Amino acid sequence: MTDDRSPLLRVTDLHKHFPVKQGLLIERTVDEVKAVDGVSFEIQEGETLGLVGESGSGKSTTGYCILQLIKPTSGSVCFAGEELTGLDREQMRKMRRELQIVFQDPYASLDPRMTVGDIVGEPLVVHGLGSRRSRRESVRQLLDVVGFNPSFTNRYPHEFSGGQRQRIGIARALALNPKLIVCDEPVSALDVSIQAQILNLLKDLQRDFGLTYLFIAHDLAVVRAMSDRIAVMNRGKLVELGPAEEVYTQPQDDYTKALLSAVPVPDPRRMKERKAERRRLQHALADTVAT
Amino acid sequence: MALLEVNDLHTHFFTREGVVRAVDGVSFSVERGKTLGIVGESGCGKSVTALSIMGLIPQPPARIVEGSVMFEGRDLVRLPERELEDVRGNEISMIFQDPMTCLNPTLRIGTQITETVRRHQGLSRQDARRRAVELLEQVRIPNAAGRLDDYPHRYSGGMRQRVMIAMALSCTPKLLIADEPTTALDVTVQAQVLDLLEELRREYQMAMIIITHDMGVVAEAADEIVVMYAGQIVEQADVLELFDHPEHPYTEALLGALPQLEGEGIREGRLTAIPGRPPDLIQLPPACRFAPRCRYANRHDACAQGVPELRELRPGHFVRSGHPASERAGARAEVTA
Repeated sequence: MTDDRSPLLRVTDLHKHFPVKQGLLIERTVDEVKAVDGVSFEIQEGETLGLVGESGSGKSTTGYCILQLIKPTSGSVCFAGEELTGLDREQMRKMRRELQIVFQDPYASLDPRMTVGDIVGEPLVVHGLGSRRSRRESVRQLLDVVGFNPSFTNRYPHEFSGGQRQRIGIARALALNPKLIVCDEPVSALDVSIQAQILNLLKDLQRDFGLTYLFIAHDLAVVRAMSDRIAVMNRGKLVELGPAEEVYTQPQDDYTKALLSAVPVPDPRRMKERKAERRRLQHALADTVAT
Repeated sequence: MALLEVNDLHTHFFTREGVVRAVDGVSFSVERGKTLGIVGESGCGKSVTALSIMGLIPQPPARIVEGSVMFEGRDLVRLPERELEDVRGNEISMIFQDPMTCLNPTLRIGTQITETVRRHQGLSRQDARRRAVELLEQVRIPNAAGRLDDYPHRYSGGMRQRVMIAMALSCTPKLLIADEPTTALDVTVQAQVLDLLEELRREYQMAMIIITHDMGVVAEAADEIVVMYAGQIVEQADVLELFDHPEHPYTEALLGALPQLEGEGIREGRLTAIPGRPPDLIQLPPACRFAPRCRYANRHDACAQGVPELRELRPGHFVRSGHPASERAGARAEVTA
C-alpha cells in the first residue's frame, strides 16, 4: 500500500492503561495494566487490516478504543480526517454512522427481548433515518444482503443458530452504511463449516460496498484469509506490521515466528516438519519468551 | 485384541421435545499405545461418545440404549457403578476442554491431586503429597512443591490444563481420553500441551483418544482418525490416508472450508463453505444425513432412500456415503473414455 491517499483511519501512539486497585474502603491505585501500550497504524479505504494476537495481547481493547467504546488513556484516533478522542457523546454518536462493530459472541451481543427486525432496524431509529415504512423495507433489504430470510423479521434471536445470529449482527452493523467495520473475532464462536459461510459473506460485502475492515482474531489462518496487511500484537505492543504475504512467509519478529510455528495445520506430513521447526524455535526463543 | 472396542454404541437423550439420537451406532477400536482422533463439529456426538465410554453421561435424560464398550474384556456399559469407579480415573482417565470448571476453585491444587492417588492407590497422606509434587514436575509446573498449596485461580489456563493432565496420569492409565484439551488455550500454549501429551503418552505407553473440532490438531496428534457427523461415523482411516485421500463429501468439504495458513493467493480466494447446517437429531430422515448439504447427492439417488452403510473402500478406509471421491473420479474417467 504505497499510495499517497490519506488513510481512512490513523491510530497514533494509542495507550490504554487500566488501574489495579487495592483496599476495600480506601481504594488506591497500586499498579497499572498497560493493555494497549503505544500502538500506531493506518488503514486505507477499502483495505482489511488483520490484527492478531493471543488472549490478553490488547487486540480487542485496541478495537474498542478506536470506536471510543472505552476511552483511551492517551494517543490519537483519526478517522476520515477527524480526531475521535476529543469528541463528546453526541458528536461521537453521529460519527458511529461511519464506524460499526461486529462482536464475537452472537449469543451475547443480540438483545433477546427484541425481534430480529427491531435489532437490525434500531440503528436507523436511533439516528432518526427514514419513516417507519421505509425502515421496514431497509431491514428486509439488509437481511436479504446478508443471506438471512427476510420473512423472519418478527422472530427472536434465540430461535436461530450461531451462524444465523452472526448474520443478524452483520446486518445491524451495515444498517447505517458505514465506512469502517471493526470485526472483533466474528467467527471464533462458529463451527468450521459455518465460519466459512460468514467469512465469504464478509468478503462479498467488502467487494460490493467498498467496506474497510479492522479484522481482529486469534486464528492466524482466518486472519490470513481476510487481510491485505497484518498487525501482530503482543502484550499491548505491535511487534510486527506488514503486507500479509510477507508477514506469513518471512516473519521478522521472534514472537511472530513463534506464533506462526505453533499453529497446527491440517496436513500430517507438513506437520512433522513444522513440529521440528517449532521445537527449534522454542529452544532459540526460550529466553525471549520467558521475560 | 484391541485395548478398547466400542461396538454399535447408541446413546440417546430422552427430552420433552423427543428422542435426541446423539450417538447413533458408533463402532471403533483403539489399539494399545495408539492415538485415535475423533473430529467433528458441535453436536456431532463426539463428546457424548467419550462420556458414554466413561459412564459419565447424565442419566436421565441420556441412556445408552444399545451397544457395548469392551475394555480389556469387560463391558463397561454393563459394569456395576462400584466396579466402574475402579476403572475410571485408574485405568481410563479423561481431561476436558475447560480446566477451570473441572478444578474445584475452593480446594488447593495439592488436595485435588492427592485425592485421586489416595482413592485409587491407597497412598498415605505423606506419600500422596510426594507423588503430587512428582506429577506436577512431570507436567513441568515450575516450583511444584511451592505451588502445591495454591488455589486454582493462581494458575494460568495452560497451567491448569497441565494440572488436569497430571491428575489424569496420576494412576498411569492405559487409556487417556482428551476432550478438546487445547480449545480454550492460546496457540503457543496449545503447542506446548500437545507436545507434553505426546511425550507422556510415549513414556507411559498409553493409548489416547483425542476429541477435537480442529483438523490441524488431529493431523498433528492422531495415528487414526474418525470423522463424525450427526451422531454417526462418516469416515475412518489412518491419518495419512485420510488427509491424502479424503473420500466422504463432508470430510472434503470440511477441509475445503478451512482457511489455509500456508500457500499463495489466500486473500483473493474464497472458502468452499458448506451450505445449510447439520440436521435436527430428533427428526432424522431415513436417508443419508449429509445429503441435504452434499453437492453430489440428489433427490433421486440412493442417498434419499436410506442411510448408507459404513463400507470399507480400501483396507482400513471406511466411508459412509453413496458418493465417495474415488468412485466419482472413476465415474468421470469412464465418461471421458
